[in-house]
Amino acid sequence: MMPTFFPLASLAPELLIALAALGLLLLGAWRGERAAWIVAEAAIAALGIAAVMLVMRKGGVGARTFFHGAFVDDAFARFMQALSLVGGAVSLLLSFDWMRRRGIGAFEYPVLVLLATLGMMVLAAAGDLIALYVGLELMSLALYVAAAFDRDDGRATEAGLKYFMLGALSSGMLLYGASLIYGFAGSTAFDDIARAAQGHVSLGLAFGVAFLLAGLAFKISAAPFHMWTPDVYEGAPTPVTAFFASAPKMAAMAALVRVTTTAFPGAAADWRQIVVFVSILSMAIGGFGALGQRNFKRLMAYSSIGHMGFALVGLAAGSQAGVQGVLVYMAIYLAMTLGTFAAILLMRRGGAYVESIDDLAGLSKTDPATATFLTLLMFSLAGVPPLAGFFAKYYVFTAAIQAGLFSLATVGVLLSVVSAVYYLRIVKLMWFDEPKAAFDAGARAPRWTLALATAVVGLFFLLPAPLVDAALAAARALLPA
Amino acid sequence: MPSLVSDYLPLLIFVALAGVIAVVLLAAPFALAFKNPDPEKLSAYECGFNPFDDARMKFDVRFYLVSLLFIVFDLEVAFLFPWAVSFHRVGLAGFWSMMAFLGVLTIGFVYEWRKGALEWD
Repeated sequence: MMPTFFPLASLAPELLIALAALGLLLLGAWRGERAAWIVAEAAIAALGIAAVMLVMRKGGVGARTFFHGAFVDDAFARFMQALSLVGGAVSLLLSFDWMRRRGIGAFEYPVLVLLATLGMMVLAAAGDLIALYVGLELMSLALYVAAAFDRDDGRATEAGLKYFMLGALSSGMLLYGASLIYGFAGSTAFDDIARAAQGHVSLGLAFGVAFLLAGLAFKISAAPFHMWTPDVYEGAPTPVTAFFASAPKMAAMAALVRVTTTAFPGAAADWRQIVVFVSILSMAIGGFGALGQRNFKRLMAYSSIGHMGFALVGLAAGSQAGVQGVLVYMAIYLAMTLGTFAAILLMRRGGAYVESIDDLAGLSKTDPATATFLTLLMFSLAGVPPLAGFFAKYYVFTAAIQAGLFSLATVGVLLSVVSAVYYLRIVKLMWFDEPKAAFDAGARAPRWTLALATAVVGLFFLLPAPLVDAALAAARALLPA
Repeated sequence: MPSLVSDYLPLLIFVALAGVIAVVLLAAPFALAFKNPDPEKLSAYECGFNPFDDARMKFDVRFYLVSLLFIVFDLEVAFLFPWAVSFHRVGLAGFWSMMAFLGVLTIGFVYEWRKGALEWD
């Protein structure tokens, strides 16, 4: 028997989120829509406190596992959990103004965000296929509902249904892969699978890995499992899209990295092929697919597909530097995405939200501050030095070259040039085209988020050490070598 | 690879047989059945008179709510039985795990009740 059944102190952030979700649901049930804003504010507070708890716990040594290895508390889990929490809190903050204008005073949305974030925390810390699946479903089920949250809007309900259908399919693939792995390795725990997968990898196990990776690739919207992304991102309410594009990807990427590096270190040659393939295809589809898009949200969907491809370049390297690169990439991607979606939420003309990039024409004349911030974010997304987006790509490509993946790095750099085209087109629209009517005065939360995200992205090169060191510590937790 | 096939050969034969039988049952009527269609034979049969409307009618959403409630509480009971049978072996940890599960379920139930999902007016 374990000495203590319930590691209360170590699970405090997860427990806080779980209890907050349940308590706020009860509060909302008794007080009704009057409590909507209190619930939303309390949810943000809970997410923020949990994130602070995770960051403060840096002093904890090494990895500790709970529940017979199903739940791992290490630097890697804490890093990705903190990123998920930040994504959840900021996108919830962005939703206030949108909800008020749409006249949706529902307290369920913050509760759904809390539940989804709890799922992400479990996913990022899962040390067992069953825990991984439970976390994934807790996250996904809440996300399906959130996509269709604006239920009087036809596009949002369509987005929710599409997401649910394809999400169920991907969960099925993931479960099939997990059952194959269990069948051929004899265990669902990552450590035991790693022992069973040493040396020769049987055909069944290879199939299992392929299906498992397919299921996880769907959740990070990497090609060829990206089909749902543009439709869902365009249809879902903008603050919900901001949430989709940020937090769940952190957790799913965490699960992907942890499964490949801790459960299948002996089968690296097998999964590396898949990761390289997915990575190149994602970068290509993200680059070429976005060229023809006029809708900003749809464009960001392709952009996120491309960025997942770039992040996977680091995983393909399979080294400690590679994992560190993935982590740095995800953190910087989080800041860039949240900032860009804050800018999309500022695009409001005549009381209605507009989403076409043509509406940005001449923004430098009507709103120079927003135009400058968005320009910096676009340059960063394109990977122009000295902005953070450049360093994100620098770390993953350096790791790939160190691992001898020269062709992958070359293809990646070439495809990042393709993606630069559409980011620069937005910049050109804002600075060199005839101005359209000015946008309505923006709410405080999106403006501050935009400014803060730009500051993080723009000033990263002055003080990269905290993030890079934390990512290194996290990568060391997975790959001690 | 050959050992894999030989290990699961009975299963393979079973699946192949199931497939063959299903296809044969589907395909046989095309060859064997006596075909002499007329409008009365082709129309939908509903107790001797013409159907009133399309079979794809809308159901009240409350039916779905009731069925969802049923699934949740049915599974809860299915989960409680093995717990109750092995109650003396699961110990304090098992007891409190189930209490936490029931607590979460109760909160969901309270939410549903307060939202008026159980009103049937």
